[in-house]
Amino acid sequence: MADQTPPAEGRGPDTGPESDTMLRYREDDPVAHAAVTVDAFLDQSNAAAVRVEPGDDARELIPHLERLDLVEVNFPSFGDGRGYSSARILREAGYDGELRAVGDVLVDQLAYMRRCGFDAFDPDAPLDAEDVEAAFARWPEVYQSAADTRTPIWSKRHA
Amino acid sequence: MKLLTGNDLKTGAVTWWTGNDWSIHVEDAVDVTGQEDEIAQREEAARRVNVPYAIDAEMHDGSPRPAHIKDRVRALGPTVRPDLTLKPADPEIGQWVI
Amino acid sequence: MYAYDQYDQQMVDARVAEFRDQARRRLEGKLSEDQFKPLRLMNGLYLQLHAYMLRVAIPYGTLSGAQMHTLADIAEKYDRGYGHFTTRQNIQYNWIKLEDAADILADLAKVEMHAIQTSGNCIRNISSDHFAGAAADEVTDPRPYAELLRQWSSFHPEFSYLPRKFKIAVIASEQDRAAMRLHDIGINIVRNSDGELGAAFYVGGGMGRTPMIAPQIRDFVPLDQLVTYAEACLRVYNRYGRRDNKYKARIKILVHELGAEEYTRQVEEEFQHLLDSGVEPPFAELERIRTFFADPAYDEAAPDDIDRSDPDFALWVDRNTVAHKQDGYVSAVISLKPVGGIPGDATAEQMRVMADLATRYSFDELRVMHTQNVVLPHVRKADLNAIWTALDEAGLGSPNLDTIEDIIACPGLDYCSLANARSIPVAQKIAQRFAETKKTATLGQLKLKISGCINACGHHHAGHIGILGVDRKGVENYQLSLGGSEAEDVSLAKITGPGFDEDGIVDAVETVTSVYEREREGEERFLDTYRRIGMGPFKEALYG
Repeated sequence: MADQTPPAEGRGPDTGPESDTMLRYREDDPVAHAAVTVDAFLDQSNAAAVRVEPGDDARELIPHLERLDLVEVNFPSFGDGRGYSSARILREAGYDGELRAVGDVLVDQLAYMRRCGFDAFDPDAPLDAEDVEAAFARWPEVYQSAADTRTPIWSKRHA
Repeated sequence: MKLLTGNDLKTGAVTWWTGNDWSIHVEDAVDVTGQEDEIAQREEAARRVNVPYAIDAEMHDGSPRPAHIKDRVRALGPTVRPDLTLKPADPEIGQWVI
Repeated sequence: MYAYDQYDQQMVDARVAEFRDQARRRLEGKLSEDQFKPLRLMNGLYLQLHAYMLRVAIPYGTLSGAQMHTLADIAEKYDRGYGHFTTRQNIQYNWIKLEDAADILADLAKVEMHAIQTSGNCIRNISSDHFAGAAADEVTDPRPYAELLRQWSSFHPEFSYLPRKFKIAVIASEQDRAAMRLHDIGINIVRNSDGELGAAFYVGGGMGRTPMIAPQIRDFVPLDQLVTYAEACLRVYNRYGRRDNKYKARIKILVHELGAEEYTRQVEEEFQHLLDSGVEPPFAELERIRTFFADPAYDEAAPDDIDRSDPDFALWVDRNTVAHKQDGYVSAVISLKPVGGIPGDATAEQMRVMADLATRYSFDELRVMHTQNVVLPHVRKADLNAIWTALDEAGLGSPNLDTIEDIIACPGLDYCSLANARSIPVAQKIAQRFAETKKTATLGQLKLKISGCINACGHHHAGHIGILGVDRKGVENYQLSLGGSEAEDVSLAKITGPGFDEDGIVDAVETVTSVYEREREGEERFLDTYRRIGMGPFKEALYG
């Protein structure tokens, strides 16, 4: 699959679709093309990958979900939690392509990110494989309904 | 003069740089003027101290006394619980803090 | 009281394991302090002025005797024999070791307690009315709603890295005993004209450097949409709350900058998005939680009269007991404000006394008040004398609820790395002054609140008399303010003028109380007199 995306203005930093640090929890093949900014994406009819920054309104993408294969949500700093809302909003709107958290993504945030709908992670710094496994195995149950398929405790209580 | 202080990573205890180690007693602290960043970086990297930083101090009765009241409370312990300070037997120690 | 089922227990156990692992990675150097800090904070572990400090959650202030015993054991085993009850109905330990922290959390988990989200930029412990379930004036017990929200907010995947901390209070009566409108979200459970229960939402209150009273944004959210509405409030905040400036990051600034109307519009829009997303637990879950808060088995024959022949006992009864919805019962307040003591501190021994009294006389239940006292919520009037006798022996019998001796004070510069001035010594000196002059009684209800810095943990903005400690060129200085209230007549105190030194502030407090004594009409409280006559006469007396 060739990169169909023209080197548009506002193109995000190209980390490559399969960097060494990438974690991916999808059956399909990774998307090869690089993500463009939300502004560039809304201007271009042929882009299929977009990068959402913390200040972007993810809802602007909703009319175009059909043509999106990859949404990268950038976490410039792990303490900025706007990306969690962006992810859930896209999943609530029905987006089922790859949702990749990129940037300052740390092992202790992975479980919550997964619950918000992320299914790929491309952290700036590599994560210890054992720690990653432990992080995903950590929570036996969940209290809330979110963007994943886990059954909340309240649902189990009243099954 | 400048003193380097931080907390012990494991216990949280307030500690002071003595020139070759960390002590809980401010009396043991030495002037670190000019070297504070280097020592802080090295010691934190080795996890012998947590979040070290330099403070201003002056000599007082032969021992360093932090310039700011907050650092003096930190050096001694809570003024409202003299029994829990580092000088529980010294009735005058409150004067040193205030 | 709420009791954990297997799921709740699994969750706190998992949290202990998670924190044990995080602490290990920190001690091994796999986590930097910058990376570890938000993780330890979400487990209530601070690095304070003298050591690590652990803040343990007491959800909506409710505790069992066994839980209070565990708090006492922790104080002895891991700390220095005492703990500090806070203005958010929690308890803090001041001398904790990082290497012990996971063990403490494990001990807490054994009695269904935790330190989850007692700090950090997440949804904090949900607070409530300390007389919930007992108050004569409540519409319903607010705690089931607080518990529902506790579960919803615990480990919330979307709202754990908010712009700033987030505090929710839930009440269910006209009288506000939880400072509801000074929270990020205040919820008042009300009954509408059809007799149905619902939630009035107030959003964007708070103290700190920019105190604000929360405006009402919805007068009635049906109970089967409560979680969804809260989720909408939080999502708008998570997306649009300011992250460029820590001091402008609380939701009160967002609501203020957008205007309550625009914020409400955005919440309602988000609410519409979320209504069909399945975030609301089934109503059966709320009903399940409610069963835990059913009335205890009251003694229907409990006598209503009290033997008042001992004047000291009679004074304590008058001051420290509060009307109960059940005949023959009262709620009894245990003062943690002995004159000259440290407001909110209790020793392990005192905690055990309180625990045992609760088990014996109050259906095994205790409450922590935001005023840093403890309540035995359901006691027979006939048992009051035995209770008072035991409390008095333990140094817990001060008859001073809501008086000028019942001072809220943050830990201040004696313990807190954020503080600019000491709070506790000021509280001690004021209480001593009024105890000596015996004016405490004649002043009646007078809420005095002291903070050692602008963060306002001591609620000084909401004090009838408020004191704020500041650092003036390295010397402690105290600003006086008047006219605040955290209650249903909520208001923010106004500063009187230039500040005072430590002794000067004690004199200044005495001066303003003298103005009140001179000017008061009838049964007026200090606050009422201030509201009637304004700042002028007080200023005149203070500054001439």
